[in-house]
Parts: sequence; structure tokens; C-alpha cells
Amino acid sequence: MRVGVITFPGTLDDRDAARAVNRGGAESISLWHADADLKGVDAVILPGGFSYGDYLRCGAISRFAPVMKLVIEAAGNGMPVLGICNGFQVLCESHLLPGALTRNSDLHFLCRDQEIEIINNATVWTSSFTAGEKITIPLKNGEGSFQCDDQTLAQLEGEGRIIARYVGVNPNGSRNLIAGITNARGNVVGLMPHPEHAIDPLTGPSAQGMGFFTSILNAMVN
Amino acid sequence: MLKREILDPQGNAVAAALPRLGFTFANSVRQGKRFEIEIDGEPTSEQLADVEKAAEVLLSNPVIETYVVRVEK
Repeated sequence: MRVGVITFPGTLDDRDAARAVNRGGAESISLWHADADLKGVDAVILPGGFSYGDYLRCGAISRFAPVMKLVIEAAGNGMPVLGICNGFQVLCESHLLPGALTRNSDLHFLCRDQEIEIINNATVWTSSFTAGEKITIPLKNGEGSFQCDDQTLAQLEGEGRIIARYVGVNPNGSRNLIAGITNARGNVVGLMPHPEHAIDPLTGPSAQGMGFFTSILNAMVN
Repeated sequence: MLKREILDPQGNAVAAALPRLGFTFANSVRQGKRFEIEIDGEPTSEQLADVEKAAEVLLSNPVIETYVVRVEK
């Protein structure tokens, strides 16, 4: 199974995402923002970082990168897409996911180990977890506050589309402690904290982030 | 501008800084963005429509922001 990892100018976490994909048992394929070719991948990860310098708004310019046209099309056809941190911001700007990520409520860039609770384990990216499972993975961003209107929030809650929530004190002002959401179909997932940095206790707070990368493999094999 | 219902931490920080400098007039502060786009001559209605479109598609995020297009000489 081939999982594409997209590099935009300013992406930081593509190497870690590729490493996590490989360790999960799939083959990572590097995709470049200017590519007009998805190289036959079965799934795509949009990693974290500061694509296009976060100019204008986080993810606003990346959305119009040539490769995103293909990603948006493929997502519409059911291809699994995971956006982590900046990747989540790109997915929201692309309207593949509702809402937007705005400046953290205390204005600080946060970098900490964050406990989150997996709420929805029925997506292709979360099936390795049990619902209610709590994991600790890094959270590192300046614009991580998930915002949307009341109607969208009620819809996300009502349809079980919140995949993970922050545990304890709200770190960034996200509505309803939202750390990650999915689209109606369940193939597109956006997550603010970083599972790809938590796949080995040597380099992360835990190896609990691994579940996102084994989930996709299970989804493809079954 | 950020919509009213969207939390504006930058505006809140400015609102908190004003009274520290003795400026006590503000009930609240909202912070926005302004783009100055130059063209030659008077804008045609087509150009204005294009600017509106660019404002909606790229310059603003309609999920959280509103925009106003204004012509100045």
C-alpha cells in the first residue's frame, strides 16, 4: 500500500510523517506541491509545518497548489486523506472539512505533550483505537483553535464527526475541545496534534500516535 | 474582518493593552486585514466583479471572515 506525503514549501513534518507511514507497514511516497500527479497512491497525508510561510492565512495559498486539485478530486472519490496541523488547516481552507483553525486563544505558540481522547474510531484513520481511548501526543502550533458556527458545530456533534477532543484544560480555545474532525464520509480527517511525532518513546512522549498509521493500513487490507 | 461570533484573541489583546496606555474609550476591539490592490484607471464593473471574486475565494475565508470592497483614488 502506498501513502503519499505532500511537501509544500515550508512543510516541516513530512519526514516524520513518512517515517511513521513506513513504520506502520505501508510505503511512503513523496509528493511535491507542484506535482500534477498523485503517483498512484492509495491515501494521502498533508503534514504539519508552515506551508507558504502561513502567508495570508494558514493553508490559504497551499489550497491552490497543483497537487491539491488532485487531492480534492481524489478525496471526493473516497480516497483517505489525513491532514495534521498545517495539513488540517489546508483541508479546512480547501473546504474538504468544515470550520477553520484560528489563533490560539492565549496568542502563544504552544508546544507540549497533549492528552487527547479518541471519540470516533470508525474512520479509516482511527480504527486502530478504541472509542474513549486516551493518548498523549505532541501539540505544537500557533493557530490551533478550531472555530465554526453553531449550526456546523451541532452537525459535527450530531453526526459523530468529532474524532478527538483535548482532555483537561482547553489548550487553545477550540470549540467543544475539538482536536480533530472528519468529513461526512469518514475518509478525510483533520487533526491538530501530531501523531507522527509519537511513534517511538525515544523521540516522542509515547508511541501512541502509531494508531493513525496502522489504521490506514488495516482499512486498505480489509 | 473576523465574523462577530469568531473569537478574536488579537483584538482582545489590543483591547487589554489600550487601557494600560491610558486609552479608556474602547468597549471592545476587533482586528482585521486590509489589502490595497492597484489597477490602472477607473475599475470597470468586470474588474470589480473579479476583485469581489478574489476576495471571496482567496483574500478572505468566508467561513470565519467577512469582506468589503472599496474603490479609492
